[in-house]
Amino acid sequence: MDYHSPASFAEASALAANATGTTRFLAGGTDVLVQLRSDLVTPDTLIDIKKIEGVSNIEQNADGSWTLGVAVTGAEMSEHTTLGQDWPGVVEAMDLIGSTQVQGRATLTGNLCNGSPAADSVPAMVAAGVTLTVTGPDGARTVAVEDIPTGPGKTSLAKGEVVSAVHIPARGENGGDAYLRFIPRTEMDIAVVGVGVNLRLDGDTITEARVCLGAVAPTVLLVEDCAKAIIGSTLDDTALEALAEAASAACNPIDDKRGTIAFRTEVAGVLAKRAAKIAYARAKGEKA
Amino acid sequence: MSKFHVTTQVNGDEVEFLCDPRETLLDCLRDKLNLTGAKEGCGTGDCGACSVTVDGRLVCSCLMLGVEAEGKQIETVEGIADGDVLHPLQKKMIEYAALQCGICTPGILVAAKSLLEKNPNPTEEETRYWLAGNLCRCTGYDKIIRAVMDTAADLREAS
Repeated sequence: MDYHSPASFAEASALAANATGTTRFLAGGTDVLVQLRSDLVTPDTLIDIKKIEGVSNIEQNADGSWTLGVAVTGAEMSEHTTLGQDWPGVVEAMDLIGSTQVQGRATLTGNLCNGSPAADSVPAMVAAGVTLTVTGPDGARTVAVEDIPTGPGKTSLAKGEVVSAVHIPARGENGGDAYLRFIPRTEMDIAVVGVGVNLRLDGDTITEARVCLGAVAPTVLLVEDCAKAIIGSTLDDTALEALAEAASAACNPIDDKRGTIAFRTEVAGVLAKRAAKIAYARAKGEKA
Repeated sequence: MSKFHVTTQVNGDEVEFLCDPRETLLDCLRDKLNLTGAKEGCGTGDCGACSVTVDGRLVCSCLMLGVEAEGKQIETVEGIADGDVLHPLQKKMIEYAALQCGICTPGILVAAKSLLEKNPNPTEEETRYWLAGNLCRCTGYDKIIRAVMDTAADLREAS
């Protein structure tokens, strides 16, 4: 295995483009090293991006949006004084991943590019409308998070492409987000269902919404029908029921020891309602 | 396969080692530096027996490569006691009999010390969540939690 620690994303991209065999980018390593050690994926080329300048920065831009380096850890996000005020759902979703030790290393980009349909941070990022800069041999492009996963363990990134920055939109007025997941215990487990909700209000009425489901299909799902169910409403009982129905209808889950198809389908609806209520309360400025 | 020359600080001392890029920090600590306090329980970041701090951040040394340690400051369980004088956490762990087989203990000590440095007055819930990544199959955790809470109280009184 060749190990490289390039000084720029252009160099990282060129290394990956010219490599033969299996290539992996190394950020926090909490998935890459597990796969390496268990002989699931043995990279021929490992490209550590942590020596690139700025990869650990969390910056708020003049327009209120945020730019996060791709090696920013969950612990750094949770400790940040204002990121979590703008985007509590995104920060909480990341914070649900693994132990304190894992939080010290794990990254949003790694969670996304590992390609697990149950990745906790991904539904929250999709709901928030997070986009990425992807650097490739032909330069950089901007991609929405929901366009990255294509199936379990698979992404749309081409050979030589590497995620080089994470962009979280400006929170703006009267907005709130939330992420909830179901696991059979209180900590240290993989989502059986995860739901991210992000919405904006005009008075009491929802004007914008994005609802994203995790762990109920081969990729996370941005469910248009869920958004439609609550846009224009005050999140009354009728809207909540319509939201739950739309969430359950979108599910196409696996049946395994952690959750049956019927269970995951029902819980997706339940969690969608609960997450929407939290996001709504946050948009109203309530602490929740 | 070319080896990497790594210079890093472990428990305040500058150390150097040569490693294959596939070797984890845990492999390097144990096999090259003879620091066998950190244990390999699972090798997948689930059990916390290999816990160390890197630049003050609690991590699993099995989830980090040796080559990534270049230029870092690493603290292991070997650095917790001051010579023959045990750290208050170590004394309390003994007092409470908060260990049986001892495999998890180095990781618990490193993790608990890191908690108390960040938060000198943790609630029991915060302590339990912080240590959720440190598995112990012997004690049932209660004695460990009590030892950590009691140490925290003592350290607060002493400061």
